[in-house]
Amino acid sequence: MAKYEITVNAVKQIVEASPDMPLLWVLRDKLKLTGTKYGCGIAQCGSCTVHVEGEPVRSCMLPISAVSGSVTTIEGLADGGNLHPLQTAWIDHDVPQCGYCQSGQIMSAAALLANNRTPTDTDIDEALAGNYCRCGTYIRIRAAVHSAASYYRADEQTETHAIDAENGGAS
Amino acid sequence: MTINKLDRRNFLKASTLVGGGLMLEFNFVSMVSAEELGTLVGSKELNVFVQIASDGKITIYSATPEMGQGVKTALPMIIAEEMGAKWADVEVIDAPLDADKFGSQGAGGSTSIPENFDTMRKMGASAREMLIGAASETMEVDRGELEARDSIVVHSSGESLTFGQLAALAVKQPLPDPEMLSFKDPRSYTIIGTTVGGVDNLVIVTGQSQFGIDVDIPGMHYASYTRCPRIGGVAISFNEAEIVKLPGITQTFILAPNDRADIAPGSFGEGVQGGVAIVGEDTWSVMNAKSKLEIKWDESAASHDDWERMILKAQQIADKGDGEITLKGANVDQAMTDSNNKTLESFYQFPYVAHVCMEPMNCTAHFKKGNGSEPDAMELWIPSQYPGDVKDIAENILGVKKENVKVNPTRMGGGFGRRGIHDFASEAMAISHHSGLPVKLTWTRTDDIHNDFFRVGGFQNMKAAINENGKLVAWNQHYIGFAKEGKPVSGSGLGGNEFSMVALDNARVSQTMMPVQTPCGFWRAPGANTNAFVEQSFLHELAVLAEKDHVEFLLELMGSRRWIREGDINTLNTGRAIDVIKRAAEASGWGRSMPVGTGLGFSFYFCHAAHVADMLLKLRRYRLMKIAILESIK
Repeated sequence: MAKYEITVNAVKQIVEASPDMPLLWVLRDKLKLTGTKYGCGIAQCGSCTVHVEGEPVRSCMLPISAVSGSVTTIEGLADGGNLHPLQTAWIDHDVPQCGYCQSGQIMSAAALLANNRTPTDTDIDEALAGNYCRCGTYIRIRAAVHSAASYYRADEQTETHAIDAENGGAS
Repeated sequence: MTINKLDRRNFLKASTLVGGGLMLEFNFVSMVSAEELGTLVGSKELNVFVQIASDGKITIYSATPEMGQGVKTALPMIIAEEMGAKWADVEVIDAPLDADKFGSQGAGGSTSIPENFDTMRKMGASAREMLIGAASETMEVDRGELEARDSIVVHSSGESLTFGQLAALAVKQPLPDPEMLSFKDPRSYTIIGTTVGGVDNLVIVTGQSQFGIDVDIPGMHYASYTRCPRIGGVAISFNEAEIVKLPGITQTFILAPNDRADIAPGSFGEGVQGGVAIVGEDTWSVMNAKSKLEIKWDESAASHDDWERMILKAQQIADKGDGEITLKGANVDQAMTDSNNKTLESFYQFPYVAHVCMEPMNCTAHFKKGNGSEPDAMELWIPSQYPGDVKDIAENILGVKKENVKVNPTRMGGGFGRRGIHDFASEAMAISHHSGLPVKLTWTRTDDIHNDFFRVGGFQNMKAAINENGKLVAWNQHYIGFAKEGKPVSGSGLGGNEFSMVALDNARVSQTMMPVQTPCGFWRAPGANTNAFVEQSFLHELAVLAEKDHVEFLLELMGSRRWIREGDINTLNTGRAIDVIKRAAEASGWGRSMPVGTGLGFSFYFCHAAHVADMLLKLRRYRLMKIAILESIK
C-alpha cells in the first residue's frame, strides 16, 4: 500500500492503494465515482474510458502508480451546471438504451471533439472503434457527435461575435 | 381488491404452450385508494402508480425492471396519456419491489408493453376520473362537460383548474370501478407515439445512474468467486494460506455446491456451483487474488461437452436420415427423387453464444444472522429481470424465510434473458452468509462468459426440391438440437409456427435431440434467432438454384393471402407478409444495379412479437421503419 495524490475532476485527492491497482478501481471503489464502468478489465471494450491530461485512456489497465496528470471522468465533464455539448446531444438524440457503455462513449467522443470540431463519419467511427455498445446505439452515437460538433461551432461563433461587439464598443 | 399475480413459473408454462409466442394474459394490478395506503408527504396518491403534488408535479412509479428496453419511460407514458397529463410535468421514479402493490415485477420475452398496457391505462384513466370528479365538485358542473388534458381539467365554458389545484380533493374521490373506465381514442394520443426521450438520459450521460455494479452500502466488502473451468466441477482444496495474505484480502473459503432442483421457479440451476470465494476491501484486490488461485478440483461429475465432437455427431445423425417426425409432408421422398426436379442439401450449424451484457453479472447481499427474537434476514441489491425470484432462492439455499428477504432492484446494464437466471445472486448470498459480511460480488468478464446460460447451439440439415418451373415442391428440415433430461433446452427445436411448416404444402420436419450438460437459457427471442438464419439462408440458396429473384421467390412461396389461424396474432398472415416484403423491396430499390463490391440482401421472417423489432432493425437503413410498424400492429 502506498499513498498517491491525484487530481480528479479538478479536485486533489489522496488515496491509499497498491501501486498496481488500476485507476478504474481507485475511481470506483476508493473515490466512489461510479460513472466510469468496468466492462472487461483488459482495455478491449472502452467502458472505463477517462481523460488523463485530456487524452482518452482505458482506466482498467492504467496502474495508479503510472497516472501522471489530472484525471477527468464523466462526472467532471459538465462545466458546473452546464452540460458538455456531447451530453446535450446525447439527450437530444435519445442515445442511451441500457446506458452502461455511454460514459465511455462520451469520454472518447469528447477527446475527439477537443481536437476536431468538424469530424467526418470516418473520424467518429475511428475514434469510437474501441467503445462497444451491446444495445447497438452506434448510429445514434454518430449522429449525436455530429450535433455536438455543431453546438460547439455555434457556441464558438457566438463567442467570436461577443468579442467583436466588445471590441467595437471599445473603439 | 383483486390481485392476480402472474409469476414466472406460470409465465414459463404459458410461454411453452405458445411456443415462445406473445403472452396476452396481463397481470392486473391492485387498485387501492390513498386511504388504504397512506400518502407520501406533500403528495397526493391517486392510486399505487400515480401521485400529484399541490404544485402540479406528477409522480409516476415505474415498477417493471429496466435493462435498456425503455419500459421505465414507455409504461409511465401510457399512464400519463390516459390521465391527460402533460409529459413535462411527469417525474418517473423506481417503484420498490412489492408484488402486493404493483403485481408481478418482471421483464422478459418482449412482453412488458402488451402485458401491462391495459393496467397502465386503467391507472391513468382512474386518476383522470378522480381529477374530473374533483373538478366537477369544485366548479359545480356536470362531469360530462369536463375534459382532462395538458395537466388541467377544462370545462366546456373554458374555465379550468390545474391537476395541482385538484390534487387534494381528487384523492378523496371514490375509486372508479376499473371495469367501467373508458379510454381515449388512440387517434387523439398526444404522448404515445411521440419521442419523449428516456427518462434516465440525464443521469446516464452525467454518470449518476446507479446500476447494480455501482451499489455501495455501509460496511460493504467486495467479493470474487471462482468456479471450476469444467462446468459442474467441485473445489476440494486451494492455496488458502497464500491468498489470505495478499493485500486487501479479508477472507477466502470454499463453497460447496448447493443447487437443488427446486431452487427457484423454472429450475435452471440457479443455485451455488462449487468454487472458491474471496472477500476483500475493494474489487481489484479480490480480482487480483482470484488470478493467483491454485485450486484442486473434483471433476468426476463435471461436463465433458465438446463442440467439435458435437459437430461430428450431428453430421453423423444428419447422414443417417430423418429424426423424430413432427410434420409428415405429403410426398416429400417422391419429389426428392423425381429426376425432373433439382435438389439441394445443406447442413447448417450455429454455435453456443454467451449473452455478454455490458455490465457483468453482480449482486450485493447482506445476510443478517438472527437471534432469539429476530429471524435470519437477507437484503439484496440486484440487477435482475425477475428480482422477486431471489426470495425463493434465499429460502431454498440458506433457509432465510421469503418474508425476511428484502430485494432492491437496480437498473441493468443489459439483460437479453441472462438476468432472468440468478446463480450470481445465489453466490453473493452464500458468500455473505458464510463471511458474515455485506458483500458486493462482481464477476470478471471471464466469469461472465464462462458462467453463462448460453444461447443453445445446434444444427439443421436442410433438403429441398425445385421443379422445372423453379417452384419449390418439397422441403425436408431435420433439426438436430440439445436436450436435458429428455427435454429440449430453451431455444432448441422448432416451435411449430415457422413459415416452412405452415405455408408450404409439402414439408417434412423432424428433430433429433442430443444430451447436453452445458447450461442453456433464454437469449433474445429463443429459437427464432437461429431458425431465421437457417431458414432464410437456405431459401436464398434455393432461389439461386431456381434461377429466380429472391424477392420474387419469397412472394411465390407465400402464395395466396391468408391468415394461418384467423385472429391469432402469433400466426403468420401471408397477406401481411406479402405487403411487408413488397414494400421493403420497393423502398430499398431491390433489383437495382449496385456498385462493384456492394449488394443488397433481403430476408423476411415471422415469429412472435419480438421478431418485428428484429426485422425493423434490418430495414431501418432503408427508411422503412414506420411503414413496417404500421403493418405489424394494425
